[in-house]
Amino acid sequence: MAKLKIEDLKKIKERVQGETALRAGTRRVKVTVHMGTCGIAAGAREVMDSLMNEIEESGVTDVVVATSGCMSLCSREPEVTIEILDQDPIVYEFMDQNKMRQVFKRHVLEGEIQTPFVLARAKRQN
Amino acid sequence: MLELSMNILDITENSTRAGASLIRISVTEDRRDDILRIEITDDGEGMEPDIIKRALDPFYTSKKVRRVGLGLPLLSHAAKITDGRFTIESGKGTGTTVIADFKHSHIDRQPLGDMPGTMATMIAGNPRVDFVYTHLSDGRSYTLDTREVKKELEDVPIDHPKVIQFIKENIRNGLEEIGAGR
Repeated sequence: MAKLKIEDLKKIKERVQGETALRAGTRRVKVTVHMGTCGIAAGAREVMDSLMNEIEESGVTDVVVATSGCMSLCSREPEVTIEILDQDPIVYEFMDQNKMRQVFKRHVLEGEIQTPFVLARAKRQN
Repeated sequence: MLELSMNILDITENSTRAGASLIRISVTEDRRDDILRIEITDDGEGMEPDIIKRALDPFYTSKKVRRVGLGLPLLSHAAKITDGRFTIESGKGTGTTVIADFKHSHIDRQPLGDMPGTMATMIAGNPRVDFVYTHLSDGRSYTLDTREVKKELEDVPIDHPKVIQFIKENIRNGLEEIGAGR
């Protein structure tokens, strides 16, 4: 029976604990991939996959990912919402792996909204 | 849906929305009896009998934002076109179990697809929910239990990118080892 390699997990834990001590546990950006039936059928999982790869490769620790359900704009899936602290959330439409990479690099990391892919600007809730 | 794993991802979203804290996903491949079984069990709020009956109606949904609910009908259809079966059991307060049986060799059976990516998405999107993923392939088995992972990680969050990457890698190797998805 294939098992978890506890040793590897321990190594990850030690490394992550080291870097967690450096930051103060701030979550600057929340990226939500809409994961309803419509989103999944349109490729949301692949979008999430490329998002997680980008986060891992860039090494940032202040970006958190989330999934959510359908918000009744099924024909524009896959949709991704970017919420940067103290800014209005931006909803992107018709996302794919390449667009996700671009949005991550330009918007999440550099703060530059990728207007051609934007579906809507939402109202901040705070 | 192009892959059965996408259906699995979709159905588990129902479970998390029903407030489940533990979701068991089991995939059984028995090539001798020519069966592929997907079983998803949660400890969410469950459904009343009259709701269960309507759950397979594409024009029924518990959500308010739109008037269709295609998740369960799609999985049921995917099973039935392979001469398979689909059952759903649920009780208010006792959680829900969904079982889809497929004829493994049927030409219309969709491929299982990217299970590592599916589990990674599920775990990263719902770090507070626990998942037990068991995959049996002709008697050989692979298991991932996020409760075990969390115990080992202590204060490190399970949705940390490095941990998610590790889990994905672990599933990929584990499934390869037992000859899953062939």
